[in-house]
Amino acid sequence: MNLFKRIWDLYYDGFRAMTVGKKLWVVILIKLFIIFFVLKLFFFPNFLNSRFQSDSEKGDYVREQLIIRE
Amino acid sequence: MVDWSRAQFALTAIYHWLFVPLTLGLSFIVAIMETVYVRTGNPEWKKITKFWMILFGINFAIGVATGIILEFQFGTNWSNYSWFVGDIFGAPLAIEGIMAFFLESTFIAVMFFGWNKVSKGFHLASSWLTAIGANLSALWILVANAWMQDPTGMWFNPDTARNEMINFWDILFSPMAVNKFLHTISNGYVIASLFVIGISAWFLLNRRHQLTAKRSILVAAIFGIITSVFLAFTGDGSAYTVAQKQPMKLAAMEGLYKGQTGAGLVAFGILNPSKKPGDSEDPYLMKIEVPGLLSILGYRNVKAFVPGVDDIINGGYKPWFQEIHEEEKEMTYSVAQKIEKGKLAISALRDYKTASKAGDTILAKFSKQRLEENFAWFGYGYLSKPESVVPNVQLTFYSFHLMVMLGVYFILLFIVVLYYLNRGTIEKQRWLLWIALWTIPLGYMASQAGWVVSEVGRQPWVIQDLLPTIAAVSMIGSASVKTTFWIFAALFTVLLIAEVMIMVRQIKIGPKDGGQK
Repeated sequence: MNLFKRIWDLYYDGFRAMTVGKKLWVVILIKLFIIFFVLKLFFFPNFLNSRFQSDSEKGDYVREQLIIRE
Repeated sequence: MVDWSRAQFALTAIYHWLFVPLTLGLSFIVAIMETVYVRTGNPEWKKITKFWMILFGINFAIGVATGIILEFQFGTNWSNYSWFVGDIFGAPLAIEGIMAFFLESTFIAVMFFGWNKVSKGFHLASSWLTAIGANLSALWILVANAWMQDPTGMWFNPDTARNEMINFWDILFSPMAVNKFLHTISNGYVIASLFVIGISAWFLLNRRHQLTAKRSILVAAIFGIITSVFLAFTGDGSAYTVAQKQPMKLAAMEGLYKGQTGAGLVAFGILNPSKKPGDSEDPYLMKIEVPGLLSILGYRNVKAFVPGVDDIINGGYKPWFQEIHEEEKEMTYSVAQKIEKGKLAISALRDYKTASKAGDTILAKFSKQRLEENFAWFGYGYLSKPESVVPNVQLTFYSFHLMVMLGVYFILLFIVVLYYLNRGTIEKQRWLLWIALWTIPLGYMASQAGWVVSEVGRQPWVIQDLLPTIAAVSMIGSASVKTTFWIFAALFTVLLIAEVMIMVRQIKIGPKDGGQK
């Protein structure tokens, strides 16, 4: 328990004492929001996962693509 | 669709690679500085360490997760590729996530927050483990990239349409992977050395924090000279591997159209922009060449025959290396023959699928055998004409020569810096300090040029000989790719400006209470 408390304190005190980090954290949070909540959700669906349920269906589709694109 | 997907991937990779190399190199420089502090107990070294650690932290924080966008693109734009490579690409990336990333992110917290919380020894170990973790992260992604340049250690399963790993160690320790990893990380070390020297030079030019600056230059210049020489060696190793596995890339790097025995290395040259494969025009408007050196560097023998673009297209020459496919040991195939073999492989896959569905085991077995016999040329089946295997020679040639020239320049710069540092007059050499400051962007330029050589030079392949870009992309409209291209361009530009602004502000503040004013 003492170890967990020390780890908690390390992060808690560390973040509280940050001086350079305030602006940096704003940049990081905006960046992560854009990457994971805007780009990933609205622009980057997984092509195969969004169309097929099983690996077998995905394999069949890609094999078909590999054949017809010759 | 192919062009926009490639452009988007290139844009993302280029921006991502603006952040990564400084992280790779600066983490080690910081660890070295802290080691000096722990060994000497001199608080000045602690201040120096903390100053560079903050700049490392800014770069790390802004750059982190920019690479994940590349993985998004694999799933959306390059779904055929993502499926085709199977676990070979997935496994190294998973290892990266589990092992290196957690190692890195755990110890980075101790590195930044643990100064007064843990012992000196534990803090120092955390700094080293952060550096090792960052470099291990790079290892796995570079192994995956190297496999695309030299696919090995796998077999293609026609039932699943995926490549399956059969030997992890062949993939991890392929000469391509080893050289790519060492060359890329040492490039990061050189960039970080140039960065530290350049920023320190700025302090000296402004007569601020002079002791801190000189000590930083000492560490960075020694680190830089060692790693830049190592960079040259690994570059040689990379070229040697390219000669074996990607002869077309080597020909493009040198603008070599007609193969030669005892081929010379072009030290400086201007290409003829109207030169086309197969024509009789001179490839160069002018060139300065070192006789025989390309044969020595590429093949370790001054008498070796180096095939040019036209030779590779037309085939019919005896390859110097025996690692080439069994059937081509005595005489290489022309690209036209390879296209035929590729088409045979694709039709065999079609027949195998049909026969398997119909329960015709004899035809299935025969088709599978035909597929395996011709799989080495599978990707050629998608090419419409032999000239499709020629990458952008101009871009590859100039990028390669820019990279090499800058690499030589960096070694000279480190030597000159060390010379004046040793004489104790570096702060008086204002010309050198200005050069050092303005060399920072040149480090990045050389690094990006290296990636252009690696990636443009291997076109049209996503996976060498097995899958060209035209067969690797998803069947989606190009509208969303175009939209996200511009979103990325804006996002990354903002991030880069933010990084530069925050970093410049921090540099202007300088090391707190550090050095002599």
